[in-house]
Amino acid sequence: MAVRECDVLIIGAGPAGLAAALYASRAKLSTVVLDKGTPGGQVRTTWSMENYPGFARGMTGPELMDRFVDHAKEFGAEIVRGDVATVSFGGELKIVTTQKGEEYRARAVIVAPGAEPRTLGLPGERELRGKGVSYCATCDADFFEELDVVVIGNGDAAVEEAMYLTKFVNSATMIVVHDEGILDATAIIRDRAFKNPKMKWAWNSVVEEIRGDGIVESVVIKNIKTNERTELEANGVFVFVGTVPKTDFLKGHVDMDKRGYVIANELMETSADGVYCAGDARVKYLRQVITAAADGAIAAVAAEKYIHEEEGFREMVLDRENPVMVAFWSPTSQVSLDFLPAVERIAEQRAGKLNLVKIDIYKNQRVAGRYGITEAPTMAFFRKGQLVEKVCWPTNESELASVADKVIGG
Amino acid sequence: MLEVNKENFEAEVLAVPGPVLVDFWSTKCEPCVALVPEVEALAEKYGDKIKFCKLNVLENRRLSIGQKVLGLPTIAIYKGGEKVAELTKDDATCANIEAMIKEHGR
Repeated sequence: MAVRECDVLIIGAGPAGLAAALYASRAKLSTVVLDKGTPGGQVRTTWSMENYPGFARGMTGPELMDRFVDHAKEFGAEIVRGDVATVSFGGELKIVTTQKGEEYRARAVIVAPGAEPRTLGLPGERELRGKGVSYCATCDADFFEELDVVVIGNGDAAVEEAMYLTKFVNSATMIVVHDEGILDATAIIRDRAFKNPKMKWAWNSVVEEIRGDGIVESVVIKNIKTNERTELEANGVFVFVGTVPKTDFLKGHVDMDKRGYVIANELMETSADGVYCAGDARVKYLRQVITAAADGAIAAVAAEKYIHEEEGFREMVLDRENPVMVAFWSPTSQVSLDFLPAVERIAEQRAGKLNLVKIDIYKNQRVAGRYGITEAPTMAFFRKGQLVEKVCWPTNESELASVADKVIGG
Repeated sequence: MLEVNKENFEAEVLAVPGPVLVDFWSTKCEPCVALVPEVEALAEKYGDKIKFCKLNVLENRRLSIGQKVLGLPTIAIYKGGEKVAELTKDDATCANIEAMIKEHGR
């Protein structure tokens, strides 16, 4: 089994993963991006890209993603094809294996697996997938030249994809659950769609069934106001009803919400130390290329800081030959500030036998938390990488001195 | 991999006993493009077990629809002029294709 070590391993090469790769590699971290397909994520299957700032008309999703890829590679990030099999986030080195048996060991991991189109579970939907039922307009539009298709959904993505389809099809009928004239799509997209002569509309309606013998022939539509059912002939059914996160491989490894979205804080930190989440797979308000890229940048910077903190603690505390007294202090705790001179005196009197490291508990909550230290001042003694004694407040100079001598004495 | 089209599909795929694998793809289909190296690797490995063909649907739309292929990517296996197995969309993964070849290959 091939084993590969790196500073940052990024899972997923959509806009979030690629932005993270750019930031991480530019920060001189060795960076590997794993993706099971062509880099670019869902944006790859989106033709119209007009809301990424600085790139208005004339830039397609695939083109923008090609630029993201080139930009990430420019600073040394490596993009590797691979499908994740297992993850293990417990250790200092995070271990990720692929289906093909490669093993990656990384000091920090950024998961950016993204999302995939949601299916509806309609009768006929699964059987007729690839037979006229599609979730990807750019993939399949060509089949429907001069034919009639139905589009399910009425958000921005649904309406934009339907408009793309009208370049090929004879007609695209939008099945909309709302009253006439009301769409979830934003006004600019809605107005454009209403002017498109190839777009047709079925209001107050839902699709109940997709019918066809081997290929799609019709859909059964129900009017939710009148409960009337009609069969509408169609050669294709395009479904754009939101997405689901591709996070199955993370179950049990990081905290998620009920729908499988990964819970991360403002720094993109997940519940696992050194593991970050960016992009559509995260619990968030707006899932767009720009917010995915922003997540990626934040995750990479947070991961960089994490790696340096871990490295610092290892060098200054865990790898030392002599015992180390770590004074956890806080600028908000006056007693911890007042006690520091006493701590320093104790260390000076034992110079050569005991090292002193001062850590701001507030800035290094993760390191403090790992050793169960919640309050400042706390003096923790380490010998050969292990926590051996802890002196919590309240204490005094002579009590601390006797513990220090006990630790030195082994 | 042999490029098949509306002119030679009958002779190369339907008229032979098989098995024949046909990769329905197009340059506009990103998942198909991503799959190309995987399928080519499988062609190297199983070339003696099954005949590998690819069909660009952009130039052969009617033929594809006639084969009841209206979505990409689609990988199908033919025997004696009949389609005996097929994988489409998300199911068309490298692992699934390999399993299908093992089941239907010589």
